[in-house]
Amino acid sequence: MLELRKDIFADERDDNLKEIGKGTQRQDMLGHVTGTSTYFDDHKLQGMLHLKVVRSTHAHARLRRIDTSEAERAAGVRRIIRGSDVPRNLNTLLSLINFGKDDEPSLAVDKVRYKGEPIVAIVADSPREAYEAIAKVRIDYEPLSAVLDVEDALKPGAPVVNETYPKNAFIYHDIYDHQKLRFGDVERGLAAADHVLEQRYQMSPIEHAPTETNGSIAAPDTNGRYIVYTSTQALFFSLDTCAKILDVPSNTFHFIGGTVGGGFGGKVDTLTEPLSILGAMLTGRPVRYVFGREEEMQYGPPRGAERIYIKDGVMRDGRIVARKIRAYFDSGAYTRLSSYAAVKCAAHLPGPYTIPNVYGDVYCVFTNRTPATAMRGFGVTAMDFAIECQMDKLAHLVGMDPMEFRILNAYRDGDMKAHRREAKNCALIECVQVAAEKAKWPIREDFKRASSRKEGGGSRAAIPPTPRDSYAPVATPSQQRTTYDRAPAASREPPPPPPPPPPRPQAPSHGAARFSSVFGTRRR
Amino acid sequence: MAKTALQFRHNGRDVAIFVDGGTNLLVALRELIGDMTPKFGCGQGGCGACSVLIDGELHLSCLTLAETVAGRSVETLDGIKDGPSLHPLQRAFADNFAAQCGYCTPGILMAAKALLDRNPQPSRAEVVEAISGNICRCTGYEPIINAVLAAASVGRARA
Repeated sequence: MLELRKDIFADERDDNLKEIGKGTQRQDMLGHVTGTSTYFDDHKLQGMLHLKVVRSTHAHARLRRIDTSEAERAAGVRRIIRGSDVPRNLNTLLSLINFGKDDEPSLAVDKVRYKGEPIVAIVADSPREAYEAIAKVRIDYEPLSAVLDVEDALKPGAPVVNETYPKNAFIYHDIYDHQKLRFGDVERGLAAADHVLEQRYQMSPIEHAPTETNGSIAAPDTNGRYIVYTSTQALFFSLDTCAKILDVPSNTFHFIGGTVGGGFGGKVDTLTEPLSILGAMLTGRPVRYVFGREEEMQYGPPRGAERIYIKDGVMRDGRIVARKIRAYFDSGAYTRLSSYAAVKCAAHLPGPYTIPNVYGDVYCVFTNRTPATAMRGFGVTAMDFAIECQMDKLAHLVGMDPMEFRILNAYRDGDMKAHRREAKNCALIECVQVAAEKAKWPIREDFKRASSRKEGGGSRAAIPPTPRDSYAPVATPSQQRTTYDRAPAASREPPPPPPPPPPRPQAPSHGAARFSSVFGTRRR
Repeated sequence: MAKTALQFRHNGRDVAIFVDGGTNLLVALRELIGDMTPKFGCGQGGCGACSVLIDGELHLSCLTLAETVAGRSVETLDGIKDGPSLHPLQRAFADNFAAQCGYCTPGILMAAKALLDRNPQPSRAEVVEAISGNICRCTGYEPIINAVLAAASVGRARA
């Protein structure tokens, strides 16, 4: 069970803890053990219809023709929904906080960008009839070459995955095609190092595989609103996303959820709600859209794969003097949350170690793969995996114990981090010491005596001279805008004299400014 | 499509329904009887979320044709409480934090009940074996195993 090590940093803590260290029963436990916790699919509504989607059989293809005439006549079919039926058939999830451009349709219209992309939705009396109608939809594809590798996608002449981002990379603040970290002179650091170790790390996409698949049930309410039972992990986020896509005020919807049969990040993408609500709007009946297991595993968004190159310079005594990282986050065909994942990736460099020269480039890359999404520490876990593998290899290279090697290089209080923030409340050294103790892993006496509160700061607090990258001049970026930001764009023309205050973008109504420091959204 | 009349015992009560040919027991229980305790996880017999007891034996209701339970006794999580009192397994699961999202819990409880009904004093290895057909994607297996063992020891104390 939980063990609190109160001897460590004892003087920093008010030990009058009411809850921490004690078990507390979950409020939903009784429902769980009696099977009465109500998941979205535990609602059976009178006259409920079932929605299924026709999915692309190609990773990348132009849609020449979609013929639903035979499907429309199939038994039990109530309604066929196409992209043109979706009021605003282009969205990006983080547009709600004014981050990124709308790049993903609810139903593909001109082109499909990944295998399994929804093209047509069929609402029928039963799931079986919906499946039978799906088999009757004829789609004429013109296959296009697909790009499935992050580095290939960035090469000149690569197929354009998503026309919103013609260079196959997410564009930050309208101009930057990657996230950048520069601290000190990494090339000089590498040149001065006793050893240099360069390694490549490749992660795979990982499916969350929740036991309950993604789904929702939408039903017309008696007051012109719609009740939506959903598996979402992000109830209000999904509600607002649906309001945007369906172009109605958000109080049109009454979302009911919160009892989720496993999510792990795979239920934040609002995958089913827009179509089940639209189905309910178009038929006037409750509509259920739930993923089958195959859909969940094959087309549900996974953790994005990352490719990470790390080049480290290390001295014979074990000090890391330079760390250069190039990383590619595979977003798949659409942005979803991967733009944010790449920010987290960069924010996590160079790991919890004081390194005087750090250089990082992190790209959020579009490929013709299933769009990636959130999953438990996305953007951080893969980078951590790569960095910690690298730490073991470096320790081996210089003949040091891997635990001691980490203690030697760990942040200490007062050190300057590569992000130009002072390291405070560090605890890595103590964690490693306790881990060594628990594992009965012998470490030498001076490493047992090391402390996060000793030996930090001083010369380690300095920001080293950092050479600037050379840039081609770029046009002044405009305020990053999305279609959800309904306020008119601020004029870039200079205001007429005599000088009134310069034009400012109108504050968005959804409070995006609060998040600007998280996402680095450009704000005046 | 012609429907078939089907009678069976559901948690000790006689029920009668009409099913389409090919309807599986999971759909029959959830949609026709209204017992929402068995869950759909995969429809392929891979996850165990739909586990029920048929004549005391553990079965995957998603792979069981509804018509095959005619005249038999089907038990689900909805039937294991003793009036308002929790079954010892339910109490042990709550006390041992053996549920996170709760979605696999009905199936695991039925698998555990099948075990304790035939083997009231299982070893840890036997518990692991008994729930090996049930996926807990929150990966809470340790508390689940501890809960089943705790329920077994409560049973021993009573005996």
